[in-house]
Amino acid sequence: MKTKQYVIIGNSAAAIGCVEGIRQLDKAGAVTIVSREPHHTYSRPLISYLLGGKTDRQRMRYRDADFYETHGVRPLLGHTALSLDPAQKTVALDDGQVLPYDKLLVATGSVPFVPPMEGLDLVSKKFTFLSLDDADALADAVTADSRVLIVGAGLIGLKCAEGLSGRAGSLTVVDLAPQILPSVLDERAAALVQAHIERQGVRLLLSVSAARFEDGAAHLTDGSTVPFDVLVLAVGVRPNVSPAREAGATAGRGLITDEYMRTNLPDVYAAGDCTESFDITSGERKPLALLPNAYLQGETAGLHMAGGGKPFCTAMPMNAVGFWDLHIVSAGSYTGNAYVQCEEGHYRKLVCRDNLLQGFILIGDVLRAGIYTALIRDRVPLDTIDFELIKDKPGLIAFSRRDRQKKLGVKPA
Amino acid sequence: MKRIYVSEKWCLGCHLCEYYCAFANSGSDDMAKALMNRRINPRIQVEERGGISFAVSCRHCEEPLCVKSCITGALSSEGGLITIDKNRCVACHTCVLVCPYGTIMPSDDGMMQKCELCLKNTIGEPACVKYCPNRAIIYEDSDVPAAAR
Ligand SMILES: Cc1cc2nc3c(=O)[nH]c(=O)nc-3n(C[C@H](O)[C@H](O)[C@H](O)COP(=O)(O)OP(=O)(O)OC[C@H]3O[C@@H](n4cnc5c(N)ncnc54)[C@H](O)[C@@H]3O)c2cc1C
Ligand code: SF4
Ligand code: SF4
Repeated sequence: MKTKQYVIIGNSAAAIGCVEGIRQLDKAGAVTIVSREPHHTYSRPLISYLLGGKTDRQRMRYRDADFYETHGVRPLLGHTALSLDPAQKTVALDDGQVLPYDKLLVATGSVPFVPPMEGLDLVSKKFTFLSLDDADALADAVTADSRVLIVGAGLIGLKCAEGLSGRAGSLTVVDLAPQILPSVLDERAAALVQAHIERQGVRLLLSVSAARFEDGAAHLTDGSTVPFDVLVLAVGVRPNVSPAREAGATAGRGLITDEYMRTNLPDVYAAGDCTESFDITSGERKPLALLPNAYLQGETAGLHMAGGGKPFCTAMPMNAVGFWDLHIVSAGSYTGNAYVQCEEGHYRKLVCRDNLLQGFILIGDVLRAGIYTALIRDRVPLDTIDFELIKDKPGLIAFSRRDRQKKLGVKPA
Repeated sequence: MKRIYVSEKWCLGCHLCEYYCAFANSGSDDMAKALMNRRINPRIQVEERGGISFAVSCRHCEEPLCVKSCITGALSSEGGLITIDKNRCVACHTCVLVCPYGTIMPSDDGMMQKCELCLKNTIGEPACVKYCPNRAIIYEDSDVPAAAR
């Protein structure tokens, strides 16, 4: 059999998942990775830890230094894929190279979303916060007396604030929404985390936005003015659907795939932040910009490209994040009957509907949260377990003796 | 691959496995010094309620969600043994959020730790298995271990 030519556009979680998926089944095929970023594969979420001095360039590698070698990958780093030709089955790069493929994965990730804002072009020191290069540029710009203004109190904006907190003179975060982390937390949980973040000296301005910028100052919608030296735009991210969409791949907000991650174009797959996922807890299709989801989708694609594999149909929103040692984990969606426990520094909310756990938020005590996640993922009917027993503390004790035996007494899946 | 299997039929709820686990991973050769007057933080933990008890530790899953989900690459599979490089962990708790058995937990310094079957410490075989007084924890290379037959 002729060796297969696999081409992967992207070099992050979804791409690495794809390589590891391919290599489970096909040790001989030729794998090429094309990535705009010139770096070895790195953990994108660690860019804030790098700013905060909690990791370094070696340790933030997503895989070992010899990964490409040991996995038989030809890395073309620092190259952008400009277009793909699904009829000829080729990808054209910025340096004129044309790569033929038998199977192609598009894993182009997210791009920052910056809404048009008046006067933004006048601001000289402005950054987004999505890549290692962004982190390096920000580190160069911020000094011990910099006043930093971050627009966006979502995960990326707040992680950026934490990363900069030892470096900057002052930190202010503004957001149009009335609460922080609106896509992750409910109002009450958000208030708890907000108080914790404010205790670290970060100023949070909510329910306001920047009406107009000049270099060094933002004029807010409530009439106030915030002077700054460095501006970070962390309003949101969007699936990076180009160049696949231009080549005819169907896209809504993200690229549309089936459960093997195939797009509508023959032999073209898509995985990770550039796609739309089917959220099993809400029944909606939406982009899920999450690393575990990206890896699992990439692996699913890789296995299928190599001729095997199984469908991926357990996607859901899932977040694990900490701010100044306060840990937050959440999963699923929050429509249904809620069980809520709230006390100093702790929050626990479990949401049930139709005899299923649909979602949860835990703050502070997050131990063994995966037992809840598995109840959601496996669609475990709650009347088949003793759910009351684990509302305050997850455990396998909730399962029947027979199910416990299956979990702990025989080989795991 | 050899795995740990537990049988709640034989578990006494004595928690000795927890103490031996903590000792085996303490790097000390004096059990009293390693464990006395300290809150131990073992990688195997006994669940108990109303006369039922059983020990839970990493299952070394064939499809390890923790490895696939780890945001840094700190978790990996070495021929089926799921190991952690603590040096690369940032305590994001993503693995805690995805492990279906609840067996990955923070260590004394906050970074994650998990059962590595005592193959990474000086013991070389699971201490919980070796010291369980009622053989409620076994270490076998079989899809259906004796306890389940
Ligand atoms: C600050 C920050 C913190 C985060 N924290 C978390 C967290 O705690 N937990 C979590 O689950 N997720 C987190 N995320 C999200 C997570 O990083 C993403 O979900 C994940 O990186 C998605 O992986 P991906 O492979 O789909 O794409 P990306 O990581 O976005 O990578 C895209 C790749 O495609 C390449 N590329 C793009 N276009 C082209 C082109 N035309 N030609 C060639 N190459 C191209 C890029 O070079 C890159 O290698 C965070 C993100 C940020 C920015
Ligand atoms: S830590 Fe959990 S998910 Fe990972 S291998 Fe062990 S039991 Fe499986
Ligand atoms: S807590 Fe550590 S081991 Fe777990 S997912 Fe995060 S970095 Fe990986």
